[in-house]
Amino acid sequence: MTPQSQGSQGTPGRVSSAAPRLDVDALIDDPHTQIVVCCGSGGVGKTTTAAALGLRAAESGRKVVVLTIDPARRLAQSLGLTELDNTPRPVTDIDASAGGSLHAMMLDMKRTFDEVVIAHSEPGKAEQILANPFYQAVSSSFAGTQEYMAMEKLGQLKASAGTPDAPWDLIVVDTPPSRSALDFLDAPNRLGSFLDGRFIRLLTAPAKAGGRAGLKVFGVGVQLVTSTMTKILGGQMLTDVQTFVNALDTMFGGFRERADETYRLLSEDGTAFLVVAAPERDALREASYFVDRLEADGMPLAGLVVNRIGRVSATGVTPARALAAAESLEDGGGPKSASNAAGLLRLHAALVRTAERQRELADRFSRSHPGIPVVQVPALGRDVHDLDGLREIGHALAGS
Amino acid sequence: MTNDWARARLHVVTGKGGTGKTTVASAIALALASAPAHVLLTEVEGRQGISQTFDVPPLGTDETRIVRLSGGGEVVGLSIDPKAALLEYLQMFYKLGRAGRLLEKFGAIDFATTIAPGVRDVLLIGKIYEANRRRRDGKHKGDAPPVYDGIVLDAPPTGRIGRFLSVNSEVADLARVGPIASQASSITRLLQSDQTVVHVVTLLEEMPVQETLESIDELRDKGLHPGAVIVNMVREPLLDDVALDQAREGRLHKASIRTQLTEAGVSATPELVDGLLEEARDHAERIDLEREQLALLEATGLPIVQLPALPAGVDSGSVRELADLLVPLFLSQRADAEVEA
Repeated sequence: MTPQSQGSQGTPGRVSSAAPRLDVDALIDDPHTQIVVCCGSGGVGKTTTAAALGLRAAESGRKVVVLTIDPARRLAQSLGLTELDNTPRPVTDIDASAGGSLHAMMLDMKRTFDEVVIAHSEPGKAEQILANPFYQAVSSSFAGTQEYMAMEKLGQLKASAGTPDAPWDLIVVDTPPSRSALDFLDAPNRLGSFLDGRFIRLLTAPAKAGGRAGLKVFGVGVQLVTSTMTKILGGQMLTDVQTFVNALDTMFGGFRERADETYRLLSEDGTAFLVVAAPERDALREASYFVDRLEADGMPLAGLVVNRIGRVSATGVTPARALAAAESLEDGGGPKSASNAAGLLRLHAALVRTAERQRELADRFSRSHPGIPVVQVPALGRDVHDLDGLREIGHALAGS
Repeated sequence: MTNDWARARLHVVTGKGGTGKTTVASAIALALASAPAHVLLTEVEGRQGISQTFDVPPLGTDETRIVRLSGGGEVVGLSIDPKAALLEYLQMFYKLGRAGRLLEKFGAIDFATTIAPGVRDVLLIGKIYEANRRRRDGKHKGDAPPVYDGIVLDAPPTGRIGRFLSVNSEVADLARVGPIASQASSITRLLQSDQTVVHVVTLLEEMPVQETLESIDELRDKGLHPGAVIVNMVREPLLDDVALDQAREGRLHKASIRTQLTEAGVSATPELVDGLLEEARDHAERIDLEREQLALLEATGLPIVQLPALPAGVDSGSVRELADLLVPLFLSQRADAEVEA
């Protein structure tokens, strides 16, 4: 049974939507594809999709690294990841006969941030930053830190690609479950406008110029702003913030450059965005938003993956017919096998109705986004626990 | 059904993405409002989930009545925006006229609401704190009755809820003295008191249940009070237990099923019969999985409510049906509290 044929089972004669089929194998087999970004709202199977795609690409000969953000423990175990140590680990037990390889890693945002600080500031200064209470809060609970660090890590993985320790030629990224859909795209810009803003100059000015004298360049408004901030935040916190911003000042420039670089990388042809959704109204509404946003940003969109399409196995009876027959069996008061047969028919009717509703939702997406390739992936009974499970999903993703 | 959150005024609703958190938060608000009571239903991520659920125009930064019940209760909606909350907060406590605008112009408001650690979350919770204390005479202290009898928060998902609710203690560590510090610690006191309970919405699937268990542990570790586990989108088994056992093991009697189908006028082709048996096996495995997951949830000792799947999707009518199912648990507390009082 294949996913495509499932699409028309149970509802003979139904005209399927005109969405082109997303050819995942063509995408991962194309050596020009160097980055695949899986994005979508929370709970739609993004991480699983990323892992399954990475495994399939590796087993067809690509050298792959999968960057996951917050994988479920069992999924992580299925990839052989037992600890969150921020380093790509080789995944053994894959079929490497086609010459491919697979690495996988989990993002540790605090450690990534620490590494950036250590790599880009002088030793004394690095210690000062790492010990600053403001830095400690920023690096572990900063609104958006995960997005910045995912971008940073992606940049690092790309920069090291092709070296003996980093043999990969394809990076598959799972994106953070952001509160607003595509925060990771905004991360470099947000950082940029922050660094270029007057506010950071205001924060850094007093210390740089050795006291309040430095503020004169901004005029009288500044006095009011700083005194207001001192009033609201208290002097100690403002001092901590200033120390932090000053300490980061030297490395922030490089940080922004790399974030800009990563953003450029994402908009290039070698990148493919896959929007992942579940066949539910809210998830598909979010997917529409993602698709519009990616197009507005000129990002290379490969298509939509709709996960967890309900499975229908039986053919030859419509839901209405099944329900009518179930009713007559129940009314007949026959043997146990009659009530069992009625139950089977009701179950079948419910499955077909669910699948129809899901397909209608997916079709509605395709009607409002004509031309976007789509692949539908059937639901598995259980969550993925091992490489076989990931292979099965990869198989379905490829529509084979 | 019983619970031990008789004094709760603030109901925080979390859950893994895709579990129907907003629908459940809306249903809880309706259940509380049916007491009758005045209930504030808030969202903090700007997704406009509440307005979509109740099919009303998008919520702004003003508190807007979205439902009025025949018994006199009502639900008021609010989409909390951190920027508006900050400006309102500054105005309220510091009477900043020109300075407020200057802060905005200098990018300080943007900094505070998007970049500064945790400030965004503090502001969002701060607004709820304010609404919780507000009296009918517009003051925030005194003997006048509170404006709201209860507040329901459609909160961030389980992955972020612990951090979201403990952000005030983190900020209190950063700002050790000053008005922010004292505000942060009074908010922490509210969140850790028995006035606040956190309900977790889940599906009977492995990952959401795993996240639910982890977040209940995390909430307990952080001194917060988990309330109920709300199992959403539950489907009743369509076969009895004996038939499920047979279906799982492939022992459903094919020939007699075929006979029954034929008797009911269905053309029992091998494709149909084999397909139906395969669907039955999938169904049996699914029910097994759900029962395992339910047992894991029961081990938490928290009250569990199961809400049915809504085959036609969520609308304001179906949310009321869900609310009716929540009334026994959510209003039993009220009755208990009144008896005590």
